[in-house]
Amino acid sequence: MPALRPGLLLPSGLLLLAALLLAACGDRDAAGEEQAAATPPTVVVYSARNEQLIGPMLQRYTELTGTPTELVTASAGPLLERLKAEGENTPADLLVTVDAGNLWQAAEAGLLQPLNSQALNAAIPEYLRDPQGRWYGLSVRARTLVHHTQRAPAASLSGYAALAEPAWAGRLCLRTSRKVYNQSLVAMLIAERGEGPTESIVRGWVENLAAPPFPNDTAVMEAIQAGLCDVGIVNSYYFGRLQRDAQDATLALHWPSEAVGGVHVNVSGAGVVKHADQAVAARNLLEWLASPQAQRKFAGDNLEYPANPAVEAVPQVAAWGAYTPNLINVSEAGRLQADAVKLMDRAGYR
Amino acid sequence: MALLALPTLLPLAACLAALGAPWSEHWGHLFGVVLPGVAGNTALLMLLVVLQAGLLGSGWAWLTARYDFPGRGLLHAALLLPLALPGYVLGFVAIHLLDYAGPVQSAWREAGGGPQPLWQIRSLYGAALILGLTLYPYVYLMAYNAYRSIGRNTLDMAATLGQTAVFRRIALPLAAPWIAGGLLLVAMEVLADFGTVALFNVQTFTTAIYKSWFGLFALDAALQLASVLVLLALALMAVQRAVQRRGRMVQRGPGLPRRRLRGGAALAASGGAAGFVLLVVGLPLGLLLRWSLAHLSVELDPRYLEWLGRSLLLAGSAAALLTASALLAAYLERRQPGRRTLQLGARAATLGYALPGTLLAVGLYAPLAALENALADWVAPGWVTQSLVLLLLGYWARFMAVAHTPISQQLARVTPSIDEAARTLGVRGWRLLHRVHRPLISGALASAAALLVIDVIKEMPITLMLRPSGFDTLATRIFELTAEGEYERAALPALTIVLAGLVPVALLLRSGHGREDRAEPTPVPLAGRPGTEALHAA
Repeated sequence: MPALRPGLLLPSGLLLLAALLLAACGDRDAAGEEQAAATPPTVVVYSARNEQLIGPMLQRYTELTGTPTELVTASAGPLLERLKAEGENTPADLLVTVDAGNLWQAAEAGLLQPLNSQALNAAIPEYLRDPQGRWYGLSVRARTLVHHTQRAPAASLSGYAALAEPAWAGRLCLRTSRKVYNQSLVAMLIAERGEGPTESIVRGWVENLAAPPFPNDTAVMEAIQAGLCDVGIVNSYYFGRLQRDAQDATLALHWPSEAVGGVHVNVSGAGVVKHADQAVAARNLLEWLASPQAQRKFAGDNLEYPANPAVEAVPQVAAWGAYTPNLINVSEAGRLQADAVKLMDRAGYR
Repeated sequence: MALLALPTLLPLAACLAALGAPWSEHWGHLFGVVLPGVAGNTALLMLLVVLQAGLLGSGWAWLTARYDFPGRGLLHAALLLPLALPGYVLGFVAIHLLDYAGPVQSAWREAGGGPQPLWQIRSLYGAALILGLTLYPYVYLMAYNAYRSIGRNTLDMAATLGQTAVFRRIALPLAAPWIAGGLLLVAMEVLADFGTVALFNVQTFTTAIYKSWFGLFALDAALQLASVLVLLALALMAVQRAVQRRGRMVQRGPGLPRRRLRGGAALAASGGAAGFVLLVVGLPLGLLLRWSLAHLSVELDPRYLEWLGRSLLLAGSAAALLTASALLAAYLERRQPGRRTLQLGARAATLGYALPGTLLAVGLYAPLAALENALADWVAPGWVTQSLVLLLLGYWARFMAVAHTPISQQLARVTPSIDEAARTLGVRGWRLLHRVHRPLISGALASAAALLVIDVIKEMPITLMLRPSGFDTLATRIFELTAEGEYERAALPALTIVLAGLVPVALLLRSGHGREDRAEPTPVPLAGRPGTEALHAA
């Protein structure tokens, strides 16, 4: 009976395995090369921004200009690792990601090329883009205070630092320090106030916590609604989503005034990949994304603020009122990120 | 043989070398700020989990081993079911259910219970509770077999002391080495756990290593943290070996008949055990099913199939690779019995069960990435660090014991005299392997492969840290979704993993751990943990 022999099983198993590995590695490159060879040239977009948000934008761009696009989505960390690993052979032309810290990391790792684009420089305010033009913010999210309108009336609030005061003991809810949004916020506070004062603020926050930090911004707001705490810090669009899901007037956003440093903002943004095959086409796409034509949808679909000041926010967002942003360049969030992580460790902010 | 052990020895060497390496820029921070908290948390967590697992495991075992009550056989099997629940799955179900804004506490407030939280589930205590509930079966299994194998003669002598005294003064001391063995396995699992503590946002060695690498981008610092962890893991393993060596009691005379419980006592025993299993396994499974169905239209998309496919690809490749290598090694050992280098190699290769996955991941990545850099002029970038090779090496290091232990033990039962007998009948060469050996060892091969498949599907830290970027599997999706608090969306991948995890529990029961009357059961060590297969020697 010609049955399986143990002696043959091993080598054939290993061969099969090797073949599988090769196939798994080969797939990716092939896909990229085929696309690059197609005409008109396809712009390959690596995106850490949600597929439902970036996909429709690219479709619209293709409809308008005839330029085909290809979208690869993953989390920011893996995308950067992938760009590094692919090096000169990368099929990517444009990198889209959330959080200025991630954009800074990409630029710092030499993955993006500087653009000297009049159109982009005119469309995007200076504090929302890389000083060397390697990336540009495209939408703005405010990381600001959310509060219970009765238990913590607006008059009792005055910015991030005040939440460290004893008056808020047992009344504050925060998201975990693992989230890059909080790392960026603390990095921006360091840039604004210096490390010592920021550390006392964060320590004060930790002392005032009503519960261990939550895994997401929505949970923070739910805890405030449920009565566990009275105030928290969230990204503005999460508040927008909560409003959209359930009309509830008990929560409101609060904007720290200019007198206490203004509102800390973060961006989602994009840059042209250093080894892009279609650098010009990618740049055109980026310029379009920053243009008034695209900005309203790009920001509005996620209830964010357009980075281009010529464009108004969608009505739901505009209804939250005007705020004064802190004008420190958002790239500081990246430069000071490691310091922020260590500071939060020291302060016991988990 | 050295080859077999290389994936285990390389990270060990890398970690130990990092002890002597110059301090990185982050080391001051890690040593001064992170390490004290991490060490305290790890110690407290280990203490709480070991206590809980010890009480639950030995308590339930005493009940099912010494007493008879309606449904005992079924409940005995059911008490092993938590083995199929990874802590990171039971954990997120518990958080979603029991957190402040969850249904239980919301209902309490609506019933007029006041705004004060009833408890704080997302805490070290919550993590300890969940780990205890998922790990106690190790102790249960050991204690059950120990209690069952206490001889009648011993007990007859002891009966004069009265029933509670029997437990306290005879059974417990006799079973102590077994229970200690189970508790040590639990302690090792706690030290190695990543998914559960990450979920509960508790800083332990494993999460600190992950954070150093992926949060501070400081691989050298992660390696130095891992070097401290190596010392702890090796110490635990030394204790375990010592406990094992101290010998175990041997049953003399027939096993003791169980005392039949009647009336209220029987009801309490059946009801208690059934209620416990329903609460710990039934309720979470039901919730997972409900959430999976609620989100099925969104979640059951091509991506889910892609994650499932990758989990299976990894599990299948690892199972094939490891069983084949273990088989090869076992034949080498058989050919040259008693050769010291072979024995040492096998022992080193199977160390991995005691070494946390995060440690193996950092320890493999650092030297191989350095090698890749050094060869940058000759090889394509990412040929190791961005390929599945690294991942398979990680599984090799962690799970070789799962393959090697049962296969080599089973092959040892195929004695040279069997070969000789076959040869006198004219069966030799390949036909000997095929017609004599294969039927004798195929059971061990199959169960080893099945266990490996499950272990790899459940595995989280190695997969998370060593996978090519963007190569998501079921387990890494659960990590990412639950880190963002998207618990219900994690239900479908979690349910898939749990259902797969039921296979080894079924194997375990079939192998005879559940049926003490079977003549000669095939030993299936529990996921390659030494000690757990020795149960039948008694």
